Amino acid sequence: MRRPPDLLLRFTRAERLVHRATAALMLTCLATAGCLYLPPLAELVGRRRLVVTVHVWCGLALPVPLLLGLAFRAVRADVSGLSRFVPADRAWLRAVRARASRRPAGKFNAGQKLYAQWTLGSMLVIVGTGLVMWLVRLTPPAWRTGATFVHDWFAAAIAVVIAGHVRMAVRDPEARRGMRTGLVDRRWAEREHPQWVPAPAPDQEQPTQEQPVREQPVRGGGAPRP
Amino acid sequence: MSEQNEEGRGTPVGRRVVLGLLGLGAAGVAAGPYLLRAQEAVAGRDPTGLTGLLPGGGGFRYYSVVASVPTRDADTYTLTVDGLVERPGRYRLADLRAMPQRRIVRDVQCVTGWRVPDTPFEGVPLAHLLDAAGVTAGARAVRFSCFDGEYTESLTLEQARRDDVLVALKLRDAPISHAHGGPVRLYVAPMYFYKSAKWLSGITVTDTVRPGYWEELGYDTDAWVGRSNGRDDAPTA
Repeated sequence: MRRPPDLLLRFTRAERLVHRATAALMLTCLATAGCLYLPPLAELVGRRRLVVTVHVWCGLALPVPLLLGLAFRAVRADVSGLSRFVPADRAWLRAVRARASRRPAGKFNAGQKLYAQWTLGSMLVIVGTGLVMWLVRLTPPAWRTGATFVHDWFAAAIAVVIAGHVRMAVRDPEARRGMRTGLVDRRWAEREHPQWVPAPAPDQEQPTQEQPVREQPVRGGGAPRP
Repeated sequence: MSEQNEEGRGTPVGRRVVLGLLGLGAAGVAAGPYLLRAQEAVAGRDPTGLTGLLPGGGGFRYYSVVASVPTRDADTYTLTVDGLVERPGRYRLADLRAMPQRRIVRDVQCVTGWRVPDTPFEGVPLAHLLDAAGVTAGARAVRFSCFDGEYTESLTLEQARRDDVLVALKLRDAPISHAHGGPVRLYVAPMYFYKSAKWLSGITVTDTVRPGYWEELGYDTDAWVGRSNGRDDAPTA
């Protein structure tokens, strides 16, 4: 793929689609939850049966984009990268606490990793408790009371955390462009994700080479190695 | 905190966060009934009303099955009584207000879990309206319709004649607002609140119980609080 040398591919189409589909489902769940739960919205919208149906099916579909995305290598690489803390992540957290400007990070910084894991864990909890509330005949009543309690509190927490996620995105147009087009500016990446940025091409004479080849054995009996 | 494990791929923080959240969720489900009771106890003594903003907080919630409900007032409201009766009738709001009234103070329990303690309802006992209309032989049940155009409910004749079943005109000693189903709603004290149809406009005496709106969707027709819908709430009457 050719692209201007100052742009880096951050997210493939599969990664962007997983993000977009999950976001759409999650926002639909939150919007319908508001229409079921907040009296002014409930009075405005009514149509309880329709709203419940939309809420339930969008909720059940929440994990589907991620599961489908696992068929793509880039998504699997993100999943495994997001799930582990490396020393740079601890340094990032320390830098945030110290309000330092240099914050080491790979493709994802420690905050993004924690956000991703919160999203996965809270999604499992909210879908699980939602199932208990939906399949009313399968579980004892005390479970359902508890599940409703947990569902309510997690929904509120998810709404707050997503508001924070959106606020971060609003303040960083380049990060938004990365999620919208897949491409980010190299200088932005060097500042925000210094350990992720691949080394630039060695020089201008070989603009089509994706990787420097100096460390690799030379095929076909080329120049002898030093 | 600088541990490196599993071939130096880093600390599995993701697994810890996800398992921690799952554990928190499971503990919340187990402890939920007690936590909910504690939350309601605090909210009951809260003069600021701030606890009403908490998730799962108390108070009535507005449920409507249609997009918008017309407004009816003293000039436009009518209640019809028909079906297997000797004297079908139409009542204006003033007619209902002139009838004997009964005030009942019980908890309101919704099948979705919320409960509002000690809520006064006041209105005409349904039995009074049935007696005034003269129920004929062969009648077994009563069907209710609503001026939202969609919602329906029903009771057996025996249930409908209980003295804690009202055609309610007042809630908390004030005329029932539109949002609460006014100007006239049904109030069935011993049953889950979906039986207490809002915006009541018709009472039809029938020979069999026909399931209402939510009952067609799987809710119990005999909706005694604590003995139906797979729930074990404390009875309200």
